[in-house]
Amino acid sequence: MSEEQIRNLEKQFEERIARDEKIEPKDWMPEKYRQTHIRQMSQHAHSEIVGMLPEGNWITRAPSLRRKVALLAKVQDEAGHGLYLYSATETLGISREEMYEQLHTGRAKYSSIFNYPTITWADIGAIGWLVDGAAIINQVPLCSTSFGPYARAMVRVCKEESFHQRQGYEIMIKLSNGTPEQKEMAQDALNRWWWPSLMMLGPTDAESVHTEQSMKWKLKRKSNDELRQQFIDQTVPQADLIGLTIPDPDLKWNEERGSYDFGEIDWDEFWQVVKGHGPMNKERLKARVSAWERGEWVRDAAMAYAEKKAERKEKEAV
Amino acid sequence: MKDNLYQYILGIADNSLILGQRMGELCGHGPSLETDIACTNISLDLFGQVRSYYHYAAKIAGDGRTEDDIAMLRKEREYVNVLLVEQPNTDFANTMARHFLFDVYHFLFLTELKKSKDMTLAAIATKCIKEVSYHQRFSSDWIRRLGDGTEESQMRMQAAINDLWTYTDELFHQTEADKAMVSEGIGVDVTKLKAAYYEKVNTILEESTLSVPESKYFQRGGKMGIHTEHMGFLLAELQYMQRTYPNMEW
Repeated sequence: MSEEQIRNLEKQFEERIARDEKIEPKDWMPEKYRQTHIRQMSQHAHSEIVGMLPEGNWITRAPSLRRKVALLAKVQDEAGHGLYLYSATETLGISREEMYEQLHTGRAKYSSIFNYPTITWADIGAIGWLVDGAAIINQVPLCSTSFGPYARAMVRVCKEESFHQRQGYEIMIKLSNGTPEQKEMAQDALNRWWWPSLMMLGPTDAESVHTEQSMKWKLKRKSNDELRQQFIDQTVPQADLIGLTIPDPDLKWNEERGSYDFGEIDWDEFWQVVKGHGPMNKERLKARVSAWERGEWVRDAAMAYAEKKAERKEKEAV
Repeated sequence: MKDNLYQYILGIADNSLILGQRMGELCGHGPSLETDIACTNISLDLFGQVRSYYHYAAKIAGDGRTEDDIAMLRKEREYVNVLLVEQPNTDFANTMARHFLFDVYHFLFLTELKKSKDMTLAAIATKCIKEVSYHQRFSSDWIRRLGDGTEESQMRMQAAINDLWTYTDELFHQTEADKAMVSEGIGVDVTKLKAAYYEKVNTILEESTLSVPESKYFQRGGKMGIHTEHMGFLLAELQYMQRTYPNMEW
């Protein structure tokens, strides 16, 4: 293809996006668009899968059967989200095995939030309320992103995520209205998950390297800082309502802006976790790699069995 | 009659509780995303069943006990699940073999329980049997895949079946509560399920190129509350929150 032909295709492509047309897997797309989507979508899928671990950690210890059932259903939804997202990413010409390989070798990232430990039951509530809350703010705009398979996956994902968020908040309500011990447990969880949740919305606009391009492709509609503000404005009243205190002495309603002012995020901590040195990075990755390695003989067996079965069918047909 | 019925319900429900707990341990650690989803799903089904049974048991007890009290606040000697379901997830072959050996029984059992004179139990059985037919399909398929897969998988599956075989006979033992409920037309006479059980299990093992263990030595005790050493650890996790924070709502 000549350079001029490529420029022409690129122009048509940009026009399609400007017209809000969906880009589908068989359509021509710039290589950078493909690569950016593989990166973002696979990391999104990895986050769902790694995210099963901190919550899965409490399945066997959930305090009541009702909570246990809800947690199991939630983790199952997450595995399902991972599955949709891997499938959607595969339409861009990468296999699930390659994506796993990238995760296992640390070349692909997953959401930094899952590198924090779940140390009490209240953490399960805080994750639903805050982490899923922040995820929804990130993900709702993706329901109308330009790449069709991603947009459609997100429509399904977002429905379930809002349900999880309500469930998480309900756990927090119950704890806050419970005994002093339960309330303390809830406050402690909020203290530990608040800042990491704010970090989920990504680095500040000044530091965000992908923002401009992502806006152009409608992968993003608002900047990280705008989304963070939206999350804070929405979450603070929810904390107030159940009598919990946001662990930020600088948090204050700003009448003029009609928004909350808030304190400085510890970006050193953020980068430390992103670079692989958070409290649980090693354990999380180790759990995934070990599940994959220990499962190899099972996957091999399934493959061998499927081949034998196909052979037998062929023989019968002859 | 009331005591026997209460005890009889525990005898059914404890199996699902303990097996559900075992399956819940696997979340995020299975050989593939699809098996993780399936195992979580099965665990969820089992806990759903457990809630129906204990809810009913709580009503029969009628002394303010809740489903959670029954599930989480008994002592080890008071759990009456069979030894089979408390066995650990040593590897995926063990997990699937344990499930398969229980599912075949569970399906036969629920088929009979549907005919119970106790309308609540019959209704619960009718709901559960749909789920259990799915569990049975899933575990049987894995017996076939691993049995008739590679040399390694066959060896592992055969070892798992051999190890767990010793716990199958207990499924057909009757407690006093069982006998009392059978005579009332409420309970299932499990002794009558034995032939069909081994026939079904043996057929699938043979289809899967596995041999049927010849052992005539069996273990029992779970139904009388005499468990293996695995049980205490399992309960320590299951009960941790209820024990540490008594009388609270979650």
